[in-house]
Amino acid sequence: MTISGPEVVFTLPFFGGIPVTETVINSWIVMTFLVVASILLTRNLKKIPKGAQVLVEKGVTMLYDMVEDTMGKDKLFFAPYIGTLFLFSLCSNLCGLFGLRPPTADLNTTACWAVIMFLCIQFFSVQRHGLKARLKGFLEPFPVMLPMNIMSEFSTPVSMSFRHYGNIFSGVIISTLMSGAFAALTAMVFGGLQIPILGIGIPAVLSIYFDLFTGFIQAYIICMLSMVFIATAMD
Amino acid sequence: MSDKAFVLGMSAIAAGVAMLVGLGPAIGQGFAAGKAVEAVGRQPEAQGEIQKTLIVGAAMAESTGIYSLIIALILILMNPLVNML
Repeated sequence: MTISGPEVVFTLPFFGGIPVTETVINSWIVMTFLVVASILLTRNLKKIPKGAQVLVEKGVTMLYDMVEDTMGKDKLFFAPYIGTLFLFSLCSNLCGLFGLRPPTADLNTTACWAVIMFLCIQFFSVQRHGLKARLKGFLEPFPVMLPMNIMSEFSTPVSMSFRHYGNIFSGVIISTLMSGAFAALTAMVFGGLQIPILGIGIPAVLSIYFDLFTGFIQAYIICMLSMVFIATAMD
Repeated sequence: MSDKAFVLGMSAIAAGVAMLVGLGPAIGQGFAAGKAVEAVGRQPEAQGEIQKTLIVGAAMAESTGIYSLIIALILILMNPLVNML
């Protein structure tokens, strides 16, 4: 039982060998699933909804209401981005239930989302207030607070990426350790049996907290925090 | 004692000390849960909103605990300091 980073599946021969890791492959699988599900669910839309269309419409309405509650009515154009972030994060986190290594258990994925959010904050606040007002905002409330303000600007994406990555990665580690522990326990109790009989139910019960609950909560948190930070920077 | 054994031993001690940080989020989240229960007692019909706010606040307070867990896991499992010898 070894715990390591995502292993390299193959290497692209350009630019001196770009390694393509498990993270990228599993991201492609999640993307394919989301695209195929979207195409299947939006075929033959009827004006009076029946069947799966009811659930999809309810989901979209809930998303737009959440964006309007948190950000305000004039920022409804963020709703597709927030919906995409939520769906991709949720499906990536729950990937672990199907035997794939979650793409968000790699710091690269969550760091990308954090960089996108950081660039969104800077761009939209400069677009709303202008460059001079934004730079002057760093000197409030006292000019001596300038290094603290700059540091808090940069620590926001760092903490967002590490929070998401840390929760999912530690869930992966704990599941691996639990399975390894039960396999060793079975070998010890039954005298060298390699089939982990004692490890049948208990890791699944623990994975309800570590995979399901944490996956939903972290997807929700990253959406709420993105919305709150962008809304605060634009006002 | 060889260099590698010393560095490995100190990495293990560092990982153990890093996990003492787990005290902080536990106290903070317990405090937040207590205040949430008080708020529900004062106004029972706002229970859904209070629950959502509690979860968001607890997940934010959890971040520093997660940072220390990451450092401890990296020290134990990937041994970066030995590779720098």
